[in-house]
Amino acid sequence: MLRLEMILKKLAQALLTLLAVATFNFALFRVLPGDPVKLLARSGHLSSEAIASMEKAFGLDKPLGTQFLLYLRNVCTGQLGISYTYRRAVADILRERIVNTLILLALATVIVVAVGVAAGVLAASRRGSKVDGALVVTSLVFWSLPTFWVGLVLVIVLGVYLGAFPISGMLSPGSIGGWGSLGDLARHIVLPTITLALVDMGQFVLITRSSLVDVLTEDYILTAKAKGLSRREVLWQHGVPNALLPVITTTALYVSLVVGGAIQVETVFSWPGMGRLMYDAVLRRDYPLLEASFLLSAAIVIFANFLSDIVYLLIDPRVREA
Amino acid sequence: MSPEPRPYSRRRESLSLLWSSPLGKTGLILLGIVLLVGIAGPLVFPFQPRTSADSAASVLSQPDRSHWLGTDELGRDVFRETLDGARVSLIVGVLATLISILIGSLIGLVAGYYQGALGSFLMRLTDFFLALPMLPLVIILAVIFGQSFAVIILVIGLTGWPSTARIARSQVISVRERRFIERVRSLGASDARIIRVHVLPNVVPLIVANTSLVIAGSILSEATLAFLGLGDPSRVSWGTMLHYAFEAGAAGRGAWWYLMPPGLGIVLVVLGFTLTGHTLDRILNPRLRDF
Repeated sequence: MLRLEMILKKLAQALLTLLAVATFNFALFRVLPGDPVKLLARSGHLSSEAIASMEKAFGLDKPLGTQFLLYLRNVCTGQLGISYTYRRAVADILRERIVNTLILLALATVIVVAVGVAAGVLAASRRGSKVDGALVVTSLVFWSLPTFWVGLVLVIVLGVYLGAFPISGMLSPGSIGGWGSLGDLARHIVLPTITLALVDMGQFVLITRSSLVDVLTEDYILTAKAKGLSRREVLWQHGVPNALLPVITTTALYVSLVVGGAIQVETVFSWPGMGRLMYDAVLRRDYPLLEASFLLSAAIVIFANFLSDIVYLLIDPRVREA
Repeated sequence: MSPEPRPYSRRRESLSLLWSSPLGKTGLILLGIVLLVGIAGPLVFPFQPRTSADSAASVLSQPDRSHWLGTDELGRDVFRETLDGARVSLIVGVLATLISILIGSLIGLVAGYYQGALGSFLMRLTDFFLALPMLPLVIILAVIFGQSFAVIILVIGLTGWPSTARIARSQVISVRERRFIERVRSLGASDARIIRVHVLPNVVPLIVANTSLVIAGSILSEATLAFLGLGDPSRVSWGTMLHYAFEAGAAGRGAWWYLMPPGLGIVLVVLGFTLTGHTLDRILNPRLRDF
């Protein structure tokens, strides 16, 4: 079928992009100043045997092409090296941290999409009104806020002065974990989620609004009105479903944005996820950890891109019939 | 047949439209204030980075008569430091944007005009960069190439061009499809002449509007990088101030006077460029004009 063919083509594109990112990553971290073995050993003097055995272990004695193939094999099998600071396998550290980041991102995304789309629909359906103007200006202002600074302000206002929410970490010290501390987790997640949602919502409002405004000037909307549908029916049956198509394609852009937002928010609130991990890795120049975090975040964004392409293919009737 | 638009004669009209729109006017006024403060501020209230506290009490102290906005973790005057920080934020934002806009317009022009193998390769390249998570990319580049003023400008500039390339390309394609280009070509005009005389004037206005938005993004990128500890340590910017404030625990200690001034500085200048760019886009982009 034609659609299956298109999905396979998109899949091939996604895999190719991933390969390109891996190549880029390989090249980038090989131009690092200094000898990787010395960097890895970090401190103290190594005997020449130790250096030779490490070079062999990491395949550094082989030509660059072979090194690249080894690198690709390692990436595919999840062997991402050893962290300088934690002295543990990078893959294990990432596996522990990614869950915490996904919890935060999932919650923020649900809020951003729900509130953002609703506000966008409201603005577009009352184009030119005071409500519309206020929503557009608010979105532009939120868009202009640095995520990390919004976090710091919320820490001061809601955390320190009002004492309403905890300002750091994911669970209170001494918490046992498990289902019993769900309430504790809920209180800790409030401020980071609000921060992420506030800053990233503006874009969703603006995109939904302009897409719906576009759709509402189409001829088929006029037809719908002419056949006697109410304003509300026209909006929800003919306007919004069509306007959401471009919103889906911008999801990938949003994911790229929110991954950056997570780094800032997790840093400010000491949220034990991938973002905070990256910040600590930056401060300590933990190259293996940085390299793997970048690869993983790129993979997440590429995967989100691929998913939004697939969803688009599945629901756009124009593609379905083509 | 409708007459072809002549964007250059619209320049004056566009400026007055920009000024007559409330959002555009607000943006221009904000930019004027920030520019004035950034240039005149440090001359009137010079900042001495080497001064440090003579007693523990003058570290992270609340605003008083001698320090209008209190002091930082080294006992330095936050008000003067904030005035000084405007310069780095503005210079990095503008220079990085110059790089982005040059690369983006060039790639967009070529990709739109030569739609063969070259064009599709360039668009693949653009899509590749769009598919990368921007902040992690900028972070690892800054980590690898070092924390200097030049590296930060280059890193932000070299990663910020894809959106400009897409805008330029789609506008070039829409101009290319118009009838008159075909006629001019049949009269013997060369590619270079067609691009210079007919394509560029139609693309430049959109790029101008885009430039303002890209500056806003570049300033945010610089602030974020600096906040994450990747700023140039030898120069004060609003982002580096917030980094040291954060590391000194200013938020947990409720030192609002240290966090508010640099943060508000970033917000005002980014908002200024965003509002100006947004309004220019509405004015200069014919597809958006009636909305």
